Amino acid sequence: MRNVCVATIVLLGCLLALALLPLFAEKYYIQLFTKMMLMAIFAMSLDLLVGYTGLVSLGHAAFFGLAGYALAFAAPQYEAASLWLSLPLAMAGSALLALVIGVLVLRTSGIYFIMVTLAFAQMVFFVFHDTKIAGGADGIYVYAKPVAAIAGWEPFSLENYTHFYFVVLVLLVLVYASLRMLLASLFGRVIVGIRVNEQRMRSLGYRTFRYKLVCFVIAGALAGMAGYFAAAQFGFVSPDTLGWHQSGGVLMMVILGGMGTLNGAILGAFAMMLLELGFQGLPAVGGVNIGKHWQLFMGGFIVFAVLLLPHGLLGLGRLASRLRPKSAEAGDD
Amino acid sequence: MTEAVLRTERLTKHFGGLAAVNDVSLDFFTDQIHALIGPNGAGKTTLANLLSGDLAPTSGGIYLDGEDIAGLSAERISQRGVGRSYQKTNIFLPFTAFENCRLAAQSRLPSSMRFTRPAPRYEEVSREALRALAEVGLDHRAEVPAATLSHGEQRQLEIAMTLATRPRILLLDEPLAGMGSEESARMVELLQRLKRAHAMLLVEHDMDAVFALADRLTVMVNGCVLESGSPDAIRASAAVQEAYLGTEEAAA
Repeated sequence: MRNVCVATIVLLGCLLALALLPLFAEKYYIQLFTKMMLMAIFAMSLDLLVGYTGLVSLGHAAFFGLAGYALAFAAPQYEAASLWLSLPLAMAGSALLALVIGVLVLRTSGIYFIMVTLAFAQMVFFVFHDTKIAGGADGIYVYAKPVAAIAGWEPFSLENYTHFYFVVLVLLVLVYASLRMLLASLFGRVIVGIRVNEQRMRSLGYRTFRYKLVCFVIAGALAGMAGYFAAAQFGFVSPDTLGWHQSGGVLMMVILGGMGTLNGAILGAFAMMLLELGFQGLPAVGGVNIGKHWQLFMGGFIVFAVLLLPHGLLGLGRLASRLRPKSAEAGDD
Repeated sequence: MTEAVLRTERLTKHFGGLAAVNDVSLDFFTDQIHALIGPNGAGKTTLANLLSGDLAPTSGGIYLDGEDIAGLSAERISQRGVGRSYQKTNIFLPFTAFENCRLAAQSRLPSSMRFTRPAPRYEEVSREALRALAEVGLDHRAEVPAATLSHGEQRQLEIAMTLATRPRILLLDEPLAGMGSEESARMVELLQRLKRAHAMLLVEHDMDAVFALADRLTVMVNGCVLESGSPDAIRASAAVQEAYLGTEEAAA
């Protein structure tokens, strides 16, 4: 009980810090944190599959990237798209892609599932990479950010980076709360049951395929939400946004933070991006630019984290609470 | 006699060249325990797997209330009222005993595609789970993670989960395996009680329990039915003596 309280206080503290950040941070950091929150949404959507349902997908970027392309299509040339029209459209596109891929890949499991999700995502990658439909390998610009106007009234403007930041913060909170609700529901109990023992779920009478498919579609749509705003923020979409590198990166975030916890997915996304910056900023030593080789340090850190923290970075908190004398048993979350 | 709730007709399952279940025709009635015995590898568990839909038969029919269900998926057969417990304990180890049964009871809701209302608020589901736990005598262990239950308790939980799905037919694969004598006695009493409202297939090695419980006995050897009849008839059968009971006594 006490751990639940501590976790809630920490969570609210983080939220408060994020809400106050634009008051004192420079533009660069506001935009950086916007990007980190988008990756956190992306990571949570993947965690729903990997950590809760037990479906290790190595093709999740396909849904992220496709929504970015959807925005690019919705905002041709210099005309801005309507947020209220293009966002649902982009998410529906990702959901539809997830439905089609899901029907095909969810018949497999384990290592085969990893391989077929990768294969399908690569197919989507090459559709955008090798054809001229959206600039091919060069990618495509999104010149104007989506407009949030409703009948002439504009509640906020995504061209304003502070507005953009708060929109993404609200979305982060909404996605987090919705997933929390989802996981506590009957549906949530079923998907966790599938992760633990799918065969038994079937013998109890659950049509597990349907639940996995719905879960896959929800995760795809949420990844699409993140990808849509990432494209809007960056102003550019390239095939790399739906490549396996991106899929692997977000999977790493989930693993680093701690699988099967939403907090872990958020923490993993933030930690990974901050670490990347930290390693890139390493100074040159004796004429050798260490920062240039940041991936080396990143790889080393991840190996270290996986070896020492089987429950991810969140496991650190749990470890700390266990070391404290008289502390109650570690909570479930 | 009334019509059989569950009936197999020339049921056969091949694994490559091996006929694990060969030409088996049996029937099951409510208020009757039909025990299945035979040496290891006789095909008893495979037969249970065929009936529960965990395996699809190579040929032959399975009739539930006269309707052929052979080849249907495990989830559909479960929804039609066939409850299965496994020889090798098959539960959700990280969950509490209660959550194991709650999940089992939840499967009887028309749909679990419910995304907003918290699961504990479905009180009828929770009640059903507690009822099943109480039935096997595990209610005092409801909040204990299944992984930390004793082996015997896990076996009881396995049965409780099956009961929480409110089946009409019970397929119990060695429910007494690894139980202490006290737990065994309790389980025998429970099965006796359950018999009244259920048709039951009991695969069991504990001969004392089998002869105490069974209304009918079928002996399987090498995938085939060697003999089927009342316990007394089986005890008297020379073929059974030779093939099964005799060798066991000789070994003992």
